[in-house]
Amino acid sequence: MSERLAVRKTYKLFIGGAFPRSESGRSYVVTSSKGDFLANAARASRKDARDAVAAARKAFPGWSGATAYNRGQILYRIAEMLEGRRAQFVAEITAFGGVGAKQAGDMVDATVDRLVWYAGWSDKIGAVVGSANPVAGPYFNLSSPEPTGVVAVVAPQEGPLLGLVSVIAPVIVTGNTCVVIACERAPLPAITLAEVLATSDLPGGVVNILTGSPAEIAPWLAGHMDVNAVDLTGADPELAVTCEELAAENLKRVLRPPAGPVNWLADPGLERMTAFLETKTVWHPIGV
Amino acid sequence: MTTPLAEVASSTSTLRAFLHGLPGVDRVGADARAAMLGTRSIKTTAKKQAIDMAIGMVDLTTLEGADTPGKVRAMCAKAVRPDPSDPTVPRVAAVCVYPDLVATAVEALRGSGVKVASVATSFPSGRSSLDVKVAETRLAVAAGAAEIDMVIDRGAFLAGDYLKVYEEIAATKEACGDSHLKVILETGELATYDNVRRASWLAMIAGADFIKTSTGKVSPAATLPVTLVMLEAVRDFLAATGRKVGVKPAGGIRTTKDAIKYLVLVNETAGPDWLHPDWFRLGASSLLNDLLMQRQKMATGRYAGPDYFTLD
Repeated sequence: MSERLAVRKTYKLFIGGAFPRSESGRSYVVTSSKGDFLANAARASRKDARDAVAAARKAFPGWSGATAYNRGQILYRIAEMLEGRRAQFVAEITAFGGVGAKQAGDMVDATVDRLVWYAGWSDKIGAVVGSANPVAGPYFNLSSPEPTGVVAVVAPQEGPLLGLVSVIAPVIVTGNTCVVIACERAPLPAITLAEVLATSDLPGGVVNILTGSPAEIAPWLAGHMDVNAVDLTGADPELAVTCEELAAENLKRVLRPPAGPVNWLADPGLERMTAFLETKTVWHPIGV
Repeated sequence: MTTPLAEVASSTSTLRAFLHGLPGVDRVGADARAAMLGTRSIKTTAKKQAIDMAIGMVDLTTLEGADTPGKVRAMCAKAVRPDPSDPTVPRVAAVCVYPDLVATAVEALRGSGVKVASVATSFPSGRSSLDVKVAETRLAVAAGAAEIDMVIDRGAFLAGDYLKVYEEIAATKEACGDSHLKVILETGELATYDNVRRASWLAMIAGADFIKTSTGKVSPAATLPVTLVMLEAVRDFLAATGRKVGVKPAGGIRTTKDAIKYLVLVNETAGPDWLHPDWFRLGASSLLNDLLMQRQKMATGRYAGPDYFTLD
């Protein structure tokens, strides 16, 4: 009896709910922290980034128009799906090296908890950051948060799963759509996360994940006139400056990279959600 | 060709004999050739040139039940100055509207060099009497339309009543007077490439100045292989008769990439003589914004966004 052939997984991009190879046909070798071969990942080009922005823009009206309750349900669903793939994520994180199985398992659990935590915020953030304003006149004056639009995210270069989910979840829970450049050295959990997102009722295009070099792709996203905000969490200082300059052209919102190392296990607070919200204020006459 | 073209339309049987005597189209070959030409890489300065050429060939079109004089005037302003922030952008070839809005468009475009085209002959279905069709054509011409886009009677064509189609085109051509006549074949309803070739020849023999693929109301609209067949027809018609006819694909052309594929197809099939707004047009509405966005991307080095162009 012949030995069964191994079925190797092809790691591809995640754009508009589909898994295309890079338009450029390029790939790069992903190794563990010790230098052992793990897989070939797609190396996204600027045209993949452009396609991803088009997909995110297309998904925006539907996603931002969905009820907060519905978005919360879908985020919770992502948590459920992620929980079901726990073993696969633990294997990918430990294969990369640097952490043991126990610690990797804790990371995956924290990721699931993070998603559940943000899912709960979907219908509460409006009550916390919105307000009924006292004004000198016969008006109701109400401020409410609205999503900024398409957000380009440079995912953190450490914490390939928890860090990634900790930057994606706050962006999409409020109704934004995003294009994410995954951690360059350890992109495999990001692509597996894409498989989770694809099976979680998340509409195609709400999250688009590119693997490759942030230094190559991020400036194109930062300069793109149809991107409304950039999250530079994973950008090195030099790249962050370049991107912020490019982002000024159409006055994108910019979330600068943190000053020091981030403890992704800590309570994230509201900052990452409020960074990508606009405040809409309406005046409504009273007693007419 | 045994019968001179002038006598071909003398009876149903000679017309049928001629059209069915045209060589058949190799469907697989046409598809493959169009797909192969679509892979040509047009970059940098050539792309810049192609974008400007494509803008100059656009027939900016609005054919909706909800069209208003205000919308037509806004579209005319865009036709003359497609990108208000950049005066180097060429104007488009023409605007295309329904007959009742021709007067509005003529008024808005006076002196600009942009022509006014009007659909006529019970667009888009073409299902009415010849009298009504001719009257509608006269109405549009009287209102100032320089170009008339007529639809053929596909029902009659598919039933084999070629003479009826011929006579309608000839009558419409007469009603056009000095205005140019574009004949819409509605290739999406003709079913085969052989029919597209026959309809192209039929329209040209009957006096068409342009042959146009589609109304834009039927899917599939313009496709590369269908346009290839039509370009071959105008090339062969020029060789046979010495009269040059233009081609206009319309409907479904939305991106710069698509538009450039069509330009390559024209150059490689009919030849560079057709690469002029007098002989090749692109019927479109959303294409223009994509061309402008690509043009801006090439000028500024950053991807452009639709927020910075007018909606249409």
